[in-house]
Amino acid sequence: MQRIGILALQGAFYEHINHLNAMGVETFEIRQLEDIIRPFDGLILPGGESTVMGRLLHDLQLFEPLHQMIFAGLPVFGTCAGAILLAKTLSNDTHTWFQTMNITVKRNAYGRQLGSFKIVSSFKDHQNVPMVFIRAPKIESIGENIEILAMHNQTILACREGNQLVTTFHPEVTDDLTIHQYFVSMCQAFQDKQKGKA
Amino acid sequence: MKNDRYDLNKDLAKMLKGGVIMDVTTPEQAKIAEAAGACAVMALERIPADIRAAGGVSRMSDPQMIKAIQAAVSIPVMAKVRIGHFVEAQILEAIEIDYIDESEVLSPADDLYHIDKTKFNVPFVCGAKDLGEALRRINEGAAMIRTKGEPGTGDIIQAVRHMRLIQAEIRRIASMREDELYQVAKELQVPYDLILYVHEHQKLPVVNFAAGGVATPADAALMMQLGAEGVFVGSGIFKSGNPSKRAEAIVKAVTNFKNPTILAQLSENLGEAMVGINEQEIELLMAERGK
Repeated sequence: MQRIGILALQGAFYEHINHLNAMGVETFEIRQLEDIIRPFDGLILPGGESTVMGRLLHDLQLFEPLHQMIFAGLPVFGTCAGAILLAKTLSNDTHTWFQTMNITVKRNAYGRQLGSFKIVSSFKDHQNVPMVFIRAPKIESIGENIEILAMHNQTILACREGNQLVTTFHPEVTDDLTIHQYFVSMCQAFQDKQKGKA
Repeated sequence: MKNDRYDLNKDLAKMLKGGVIMDVTTPEQAKIAEAAGACAVMALERIPADIRAAGGVSRMSDPQMIKAIQAAVSIPVMAKVRIGHFVEAQILEAIEIDYIDESEVLSPADDLYHIDKTKFNVPFVCGAKDLGEALRRINEGAAMIRTKGEPGTGDIIQAVRHMRLIQAEIRRIASMREDELYQVAKELQVPYDLILYVHEHQKLPVVNFAAGGVATPADAALMMQLGAEGVFVGSGIFKSGNPSKRAEAIVKAVTNFKNPTILAQLSENLGEAMVGINEQEIELLMAERGK
């Protein structure tokens, strides 16, 4: 049984909680420092506004401890704004946040809300996965050791580096659990490995 | 395709949840709001308190002014149109606004018909005092709802009243037998399928924010504890003594709305709040516009 924390500072975090609970995974909300005292097996950085979350992470003293956990290998899943928080470089913004993942991301790369769209595409060997893009970012380039998990029209939509998973779309606003199942399996592998060490 | 667009528009509102949307009148204010942690800004020429003070007919803002704010920030930009003024809405869609607020703060352009929001690709947020109003706006295509409150007063009483009423009506419908829902649909003048949604999910089919009269971090947290999914702050920020500090405090209050220790820290030393007007002193009730 895993316990996964969802950053609940701003944005669509209840949708992630609902998806994980539907799979029988235990969840908790991260709003302040004392929420992360107990150990946990995975972290979700939800969609919302990266500027808001980034600022609150610092102001609430959550940034450093979470940064250390991600750096140490805690599985993390960033959707949309969450991917922006993890990116090493942002091509159209001087602010950066955790910078733990070797990708370059462009914010609001498809334009304003009129540029938002939905497609059905493949994620790894799963076909017909619905993907919803809301004022979405684009992964413009990737470093070494990045595994591409979803691609459409020569654009990377999802990728992984070690225990870090990012999607530029929002699996949490659809009924499809494919991506969350994939992330939970990453958390399971991490948990098994930790137990092996202990 | 049209349905997809409505879903995408409801989804954008989900991304704003747990956040604060701030009224701004200049690109400089927009930058202050963004830096303080606003999840979106509402671009308008005059904030509600000034509209109230100035009187006269209040209309959609100059598109050039809205475009300057769009250029200044990376977060979503909203703007207001008069109730029923679908051409003002067409103009805002043409400049790719992220959200249109069909708002009672401006002078209504139509005393009978709201805008048919299903004809637009950009999303709309609309005000509501009760569940019937909220569902009628949703039926017309609104992708997000906010309480009307009483804009430009700094008095929270009406927003509280509207939020409590909406939540109470949701609870009432949730507790009913299914065969009683037809009568509710008739009473509220809304389609049966929307009533059925509320009955089954115990919530509105779209995101519901609080608005109208929020002036302090405590006001914002109060609305969140009453069931708001986020907060609009109009005059409360830039009519106060220290807008930047107050804006930051309200953002944090919405994130940690259930934590009195944090709320106490946030409420300290914020400088002067907007003066405000009490409910009984108001001559113009904006919330009575558009039902």
